[in-house]
Amino acid sequence: MESRRVLVTGASRGIGEAIAKTFADDGFNVLGTCRNKKKSIPKESKTLNFEELDLSSSSSLDKFKKIVEDFKPEILVNNAGITRDNLFLRMTDEEWSSVIDTNLNGVFKVTKSVAKYMLKSRWGRIINMSSVSGIMGNAGQANYSASKAALEAFSKSLAKELGSRNITVNTIAPGYIQTDMTKDIDNTELIKRIPLGRVGDVSEIASLVKFLASESANYITGQTLVVDGGLFMR
Amino acid sequence: MSEVLNKVVNIVCEQLSVDKDDVNPESSFVEDLGADSLDTVELVMALEEEFEVEIPDDQAEEITTIQTAVEWIESNS
Repeated sequence: MESRRVLVTGASRGIGEAIAKTFADDGFNVLGTCRNKKKSIPKESKTLNFEELDLSSSSSLDKFKKIVEDFKPEILVNNAGITRDNLFLRMTDEEWSSVIDTNLNGVFKVTKSVAKYMLKSRWGRIINMSSVSGIMGNAGQANYSASKAALEAFSKSLAKELGSRNITVNTIAPGYIQTDMTKDIDNTELIKRIPLGRVGDVSEIASLVKFLASESANYITGQTLVVDGGLFMR
Repeated sequence: MSEVLNKVVNIVCEQLSVDKDDVNPESSFVEDLGADSLDTVELVMALEEEFEVEIPDDQAEEITTIQTAVEWIESNS
């Protein structure tokens, strides 16, 4: 089988970088996006390329549509996301809307441009990166948790609409994973609440993404998989 | 058969997996050819691509048969 084409947004660091590298290491044809292409970009794989994309900018999204047209992704990992934490009473309109714009509206736009190629080929995988914050809520993250919970509902509706075309849509809700996004959080109290007693590694998310994108996960759709060391249990 | 009609028939048959012998200009995508709502959206997308046109959503809703598709394309391209 020809190697599948994977699009990973927010792939220059953190979880997205790990996902892009994992796919590239396995010979997938990977296109990663990042807000600023000039920043240091990992370039150790022939099958991993980067394009600039700012999910909050409509001109950037328009430009990106043409790239999608040529690349025709078969697997889409909506990973890019931002936080602008603040206590709710202090949260500005700008902090609220910038998070919703990138984390939710951006996903809508990217997925829309990609889905039509998946429909045509009657095969596709969409994996959306949510967060346990979106399930449990988190003080200081009203904006972020709202965007991530919305993503989960978005995935379910899409799973219902696109299922007949053999396109699966799933959500991953990582817990506390060691990345730039979480490096400033004091985690001593938090770790006490995690049954596995440690923070997670980006590779522990990437491996699940790869499983969901594989033929082994053909019959899984509309689900949210929590990867958090047991912090949240249903 | 006009060239447009011929192309539309080919697209409809391919998109909806139906036989050419089973369609006529009056065939309704949904009622006669078994299309679901997603099929009709895909069909419009395929027509847009083939004829290099952009069909506005409100007008796309009016395109429910091969004949209405042909008429739209002939008067808009």
